[in-house]
Amino acid sequence: MAQIVVEDLRKRFVVAERRAGMLGALAGVVRRRHRVVEALAGVGFRVDEGELVGYIGPNGAGKSTTVKVLAGILVPDGGRCEVQGRVPWLERVEHVARIGVVFGQRTQLWWDLPVVESFELLREIYRVDRQQYRVRLDALVNALDVGAVLDVPVRQLSLGQRMRCDVVAALLHAPQLLFLDEPTIGLDAPAKLAVREFVRRLNRERGTTVILTTHDMDDIEALCSRVVVIDHGRISCDGSLDHLRERAGVGRRIIVDLERDEPLAPTDARVVSREGTRVVLAFDPVRTPAAALVARITREHAVRDLFVENPPIEEIVARLYGEADARGEAEPRPEPREDPS
Amino acid sequence: MRAYVAIFEARFRALLQYRAAALAGLATQVFWGLVRVMIFTAFYASSTGAQPMTLPEVITYVWLTQALLMMLPWRPDPDVEQLIRSGNVAYELVRPVDLHGLWLARAVAQRTAPVLLRCLPMVVLAYSVFGMAGPAGPLPALAFAVSLCATVALSAALTALLSVSTFFTLTGRGLHSLVIGVLNLMSGAIIPLPLLPEWIQPLVRVLPFRGLLDTPFRLYMGHLPPEAALQAVGHQLLWTVLLVLAGRWLLARALRRVVVQGG
Amino acid sequence: MLESLRVYGCYVAVALRGQLQYRGSVVMGALGNLMVTGVELFGLWALFDRFGQIQGWTLAEVALLYGMANVSLALAEIVGRGFRVFDQLVKSGDFDRLLLRPRGTAFQVAAQHFELARVGRLIQGLAVLVYALVAQGLLRPGAELVLVVGSIVGGACTFMGVFVLQATVAFFTIESLELFAIITYGGVETAQYPLSIYGDGLRRFFTWVVPLAFANFVPGVVVLGRPERFGPEWLAWASPLVGVGFFWVCLRVWRVGERYYRSTGS
Repeated sequence: MAQIVVEDLRKRFVVAERRAGMLGALAGVVRRRHRVVEALAGVGFRVDEGELVGYIGPNGAGKSTTVKVLAGILVPDGGRCEVQGRVPWLERVEHVARIGVVFGQRTQLWWDLPVVESFELLREIYRVDRQQYRVRLDALVNALDVGAVLDVPVRQLSLGQRMRCDVVAALLHAPQLLFLDEPTIGLDAPAKLAVREFVRRLNRERGTTVILTTHDMDDIEALCSRVVVIDHGRISCDGSLDHLRERAGVGRRIIVDLERDEPLAPTDARVVSREGTRVVLAFDPVRTPAAALVARITREHAVRDLFVENPPIEEIVARLYGEADARGEAEPRPEPREDPS
Repeated sequence: MRAYVAIFEARFRALLQYRAAALAGLATQVFWGLVRVMIFTAFYASSTGAQPMTLPEVITYVWLTQALLMMLPWRPDPDVEQLIRSGNVAYELVRPVDLHGLWLARAVAQRTAPVLLRCLPMVVLAYSVFGMAGPAGPLPALAFAVSLCATVALSAALTALLSVSTFFTLTGRGLHSLVIGVLNLMSGAIIPLPLLPEWIQPLVRVLPFRGLLDTPFRLYMGHLPPEAALQAVGHQLLWTVLLVLAGRWLLARALRRVVVQGG
Repeated sequence: MLESLRVYGCYVAVALRGQLQYRGSVVMGALGNLMVTGVELFGLWALFDRFGQIQGWTLAEVALLYGMANVSLALAEIVGRGFRVFDQLVKSGDFDRLLLRPRGTAFQVAAQHFELARVGRLIQGLAVLVYALVAQGLLRPGAELVLVVGSIVGGACTFMGVFVLQATVAFFTIESLELFAIITYGGVETAQYPLSIYGDGLRRFFTWVVPLAFANFVPGVVVLGRPERFGPEWLAWASPLVGVGFFWVCLRVWRVGERYYRSTGS
C-alpha cells in the first residue's frame, strides 16, 4: 500500500536580495529587490509501506523543502501530497503524531536535562500510554545501547550518544514513518555503523518506512534499496542503486594488475586510469559481459591479479548532478533559502 | 585612541544599520517622556504648596532624561564581559596595552556613539513639540556642555568598573540589576532628584550617580547657578578619578588571581 | 483542556529543574528584579510624600492600581517568556521542531519557558496589593475581592496577548520590534496611575486598542467607590472577560502569522 503519494509538487520562494556594501544596505532599507526561486518544480513519487528510500541531491536542490512538506511544516504552492492518507499541512497535529523526524544537525532533547526526562516529557506531548512507553523505551534503549547515559544531561553527551538518544526520542510514539536527515553527520565510524544497523533492523523487523536524506553515500549504499535523486526541484532519477548506476552510465569497473608494464587497451572498455602496472577499465556490462572481457584480457596479457567492482556511488551521483547541470539553464543556479542539507 | 575610534565607528554603523530599531527606540523614549510629563502635570495640578522645582523645569528635566538615557552605565561592556566569562582575558595580558585604559576608551565610545543618532533627534523633537525649554542662558549652556563631558567620563569610569566586577560575579546578572536600581533612583532617571524626600538628599549629594544626569540638567536649567558649576563639575571629576582608581585596583587584583590560578 | 494543563505542568517542572541547576543565578535575578521594581515603587511613594495626592487619588488608592497592574504583568512575564524570546526561535530555525510535535504551537512556545527570575516583580506587586486591600478594608471574602483577582487574571491575559502579538511579528520580519515595549512596559508604567490623569489619546489607546484599562482602572474605580466611572457598572464587573477576549484575538492573529510562516518556509 502506498504510504506516501506525491504528485506534481510545486513550491516557490521569494528571496530578498541583499546588496553589497554600505550603500547597498542603505538602498535596501528603501526598496528591497526580490527574486523567485523555484525549489520544487513538479516533484512526484510514491513510497510504499516498509520501504527504505534514500533521498539525495546537491545542496539547494529541494531536498529539505520536500521533507518539510511531507512532515507538514511547509505548505506547498501546488500539487498533491498524501501521507498515510492525510494531507500533512491540513492536519498537522494528527499527522505529526504519526511520524518521527530526526535532524542530525540539531537535537530535540532539552539541553540542560538528563536524557530520560526529555523522554518523559515527549511521552506527555505525544500522549503515549505509560505502559507502552516503558516497553518501547526498554527496547529502544537496548537496541541503541544508551542505557548508561539516560541520567546524563544532554549537553554532556558526545555527538554519537546524543544522536542515538535523538533516534530513541523520535521513535517513542512508534511512528510507522521515519524521516532521517543526515543521521550520521559528524559521527565516528563505530557510531555510524551502530546507527545504520539500527535503522536497518527497524525497517526489516518492524516494517517502519524510512526516508533518509544524506550526503554520506555509505549510508545509502549500506541501507537503501531505492534511491530518489532530486535536482533543480525535479526528480532526476528514481530506482534501485543498480538502476541509478545504469542511468549515470558509469558502467562497471575492472581493475587489472599486470605482470609487466605493457599497453592494455581493449576495444570494448575505456581506460579510466593507469598507474604503473595497475590499469582501471570501465565497461558497460549490458553490451560487454564481464566474463567475456575478463577471459579475453587474461588470454592476451600476463595478469597477476584482477577484480571487478561497482564504481563508488559518489561518482555516480557526481555524474548525475553533472548531467543535470549540463541540462539546466545557462544561468547559475540560485540558492533557495532553506537549510543546507 | 585607536580602540576608541574603532568602537565609535562600529557602534555608529550598527546604529545606522538598525534604523528601524533606532526609530522604535526613539518612539519608545518619546512615549515614556509623554507619560511621565502627564503624571507630573497631574501631581502639580493637584498641589498648592511650593515645590523645589517648577512644573516647566520638571518637564525640561524629563525630556533631557529621555534624550540622555543612553549615557547611563547600565551594564558592563558586553564584549569585555564575554572576554572575562570565557577566560580569554588571559590572552589580553600578552599585549602591551593598559587594559583598564583600553576598556575606559571603549566605554567612552559606547556612550558617545548614540548621542548623534538618538539624542539629537529626541532633543529637537522635545524642544519643538513637547515643551522642553532651552538652556537658561549662554553661561548655563556652557556649564551644561562642560558638565556633560564630565558625565561621559564618569559614565565610562562606572562602566569599566562594572566590567571589572564581572571577574567577581561570574554567575550573576544580579549585581548588575542591583546597580541598575540604585543608578535609576540616584541619578534622577526615575524622578528629578530635587523632588526626592529631604532625608535622602544628603546621600544623593554625596554619591557619584547624580553626576550622570542631575548635575548637567540643573546647570542647563539654571537651577544650579553657573557659579556653582565649578563645584558641581568638581564633584563629577573627583568621583571619576576615584572610580578609575578603584577599577584599576580591582583589575590588578583580579588579574593576579587569573595569573596565579591560571584562569 | 485539562490534559493540556497537565502537560503544561510537565513542561514547567522541566523548565524549573533546568533553571534550578543555576540556583544562585535565579535568586540573584529575582533579587535584582525586586530591586529594580522596588526602586520604581520608591519613586512613586516619594511623589506622594511630596504632593500628597494626584487629582484626588490618595497613595492607598493608587496602590491598588499599582499592585494590580504589576501582578498582572509579572504573571504574564513569568508565563509568557517564550513569546518574548520567540524571534530567536524563528531565527535559529528551531520553530520547525515545534511544528513537528502534535500540539498547538502557541501552547508549546508558552510552555517552553518559565521565567522564575521575574518573581521579584510579583512579590513586590503582591505586597503593594495587600497593603492597598488592607488600607481599603477589602481584604475579606466578597464580590470586590473576586473582581480584583479576576481583573488581575484578565490583565495578565492582556499582557500575554501583547507578548503574543510581539512574537507574531517575528513570523513576518526578523527585525525585532522594540516598539512593543511601549505597550507592555509603557502600559504598566501608565497603568500604575489612574487613567483619568492622562490625555485623551493615551486613554483611548489603553481602553479600546489594548484594553489595559480593564486590568485595573475600570474595576478599581468601582471597588474603590470613586466617581471616575467608565460606562455602565456591569461593564466594570465584566472586566476580566475583556482581557481574556483580547488574548483570544491575539491568538487568532498568531495563527495568521503561523500560516504565513508555513507558506514561506522562512
